[in-house]
Amino acid sequence: MRYDVFFAGYGGQGVLLAGNLLSYAAIHEGKNVSFFPAYGVEKRGGAAMCTVVFADGDTGSPVVGNPSVSVLLNQLSFDKYAAKVKQGGVCIVNSSLVETNGVELPGIEVVLVPMNQIALDMGDVRMVNMVACGAYMEKSGSLKSASLEAALKKALPERNHKLISANVKAMEAGALAARG
Amino acid sequence: MQYTSVEKIFVKGNEAVAMAAIEVGCRCYFGYPITPQSDIPEYLSRELPGLGGEFIQAESEIGAINMLLGASATGVRAMTSSSGPGISLKQEGISYMAGSELPGVIVDIMRAGPGLGGIDASQADYWQATKGGGHGGYRIIVLAPASVQEMYDLTMLAFDLSDIYRMPAMVLADSVVGQMKESVTPNLRPQTVLPKKEWVVRGRAEGTPQNVVKSLYLGDGEMEAFHWKMQARYKELADNECRWEEVQTSDAELIVTAFGSTSRIAKTAVAMAREAGMKVGLMRPITLFPFPKKTYAALSERCKLFLDIELSTGQMIDDVRLSVARDVDVAFYGRPPGAGSLPTPEELFEQIKKNYRARA
Repeated sequence: MRYDVFFAGYGGQGVLLAGNLLSYAAIHEGKNVSFFPAYGVEKRGGAAMCTVVFADGDTGSPVVGNPSVSVLLNQLSFDKYAAKVKQGGVCIVNSSLVETNGVELPGIEVVLVPMNQIALDMGDVRMVNMVACGAYMEKSGSLKSASLEAALKKALPERNHKLISANVKAMEAGALAARG
Repeated sequence: MQYTSVEKIFVKGNEAVAMAAIEVGCRCYFGYPITPQSDIPEYLSRELPGLGGEFIQAESEIGAINMLLGASATGVRAMTSSSGPGISLKQEGISYMAGSELPGVIVDIMRAGPGLGGIDASQADYWQATKGGGHGGYRIIVLAPASVQEMYDLTMLAFDLSDIYRMPAMVLADSVVGQMKESVTPNLRPQTVLPKKEWVVRGRAEGTPQNVVKSLYLGDGEMEAFHWKMQARYKELADNECRWEEVQTSDAELIVTAFGSTSRIAKTAVAMAREAGMKVGLMRPITLFPFPKKTYAALSERCKLFLDIELSTGQMIDDVRLSVARDVDVAFYGRPPGAGSLPTPEELFEQIKKNYRARA
């Protein structure tokens, strides 16, 4: 089985950490992984995106034109990438920041998750990427939540390990919201 | 040390280069920061001092390449790395190293150009790397990794080939392979039999004879003799060291050819074509110098249509055309490098379909 997911948002939303986290979780499950980041020269505020591919065999192209799942965290990435999701694929949208403006996406399942709001309710808006990961897990069924938890230990520097339980809760909340 | 374990690790291509250099015994690095390769000096600045090595952030790329020349002349394994603008500055030093028959590894993580260009992936430095970017008519070994695993393995190979053939070796990648993270097996150093470096300049205290490392040949016939010797060495390289990967070429009616990052994307496009019932294969050169000419020649005896794909307006295609049989069509698809021009597998699949339908 081969899974691919595209994350996009602005720099500072934790898009790259989300991709790293999924990668570590996939490695935890014995998969081959490629994580391909692309971001602007700015530390914050520029465009940030990454593509994660994981498979039992060859991961193939790290670049994916029509992703199976896209997780879009801001308006710009929604406007630019929502229509590129593969037919039959899933587009998970951060409805706290994205106005879909009645855009029709035939053949694509659109899942609206108010990620900023959920993260705020959990205590810190910076957990928006964890909410996004949870939503992805729920819709793709590709990774076990225990793997994500193990991945947090690897993806986060030790000084932040005290935040792992809060992050796990944020993921669970994201999954719940995506379940609808 | 973590990189001698056989457990898979998850690292960037650039980090894999740095780890492999350490594994293969490189203890001297000289460089100057430039995106998208700065992870290499970052890693080595942290790790080399603790291993008794030397890390020097030089005053410029020109300084760094000449430090590489000097270190190499003493017989140690040494490396520098940069991207387009810095690699251009290093060309004088590379020419002097080639003229002095010095080994040494140069890593080029290509970015868009010319000039300062941009930080996005590019394959437009193929000519510069493979045709002798400096003056005087020389070649260097050029290896083109397509995965983080190959960034690791081919860096080790670059050091060995460079020592065996007494020529600079370049690892030619781009920001896709350099910035991408993949699960990697940190292989142990290969047990290569290496020639003793009788030619090193280490002073006479150790009882070694006086050696001179130079690229100046003024005596009657001396320069010509040097060139003929190097030509023989290039032939030996071509006979023994060509490396490539073929995917489903045996029954192919169209062979896609690409190197490095683009070959990864093309490989998925080829798989899409196979799924659609088209007889399409892939030929990926891993050594760009020596270029696997004989393999192209052999493949073109049977398959009469090639599609060369590059992230440039076409450079490797020259070598492909010179290698295939005369009655072969070599089609081309490429895009100039820059933000937003990296092709997708879906896009390359369209190009395959178009060319496949039009075949004779």
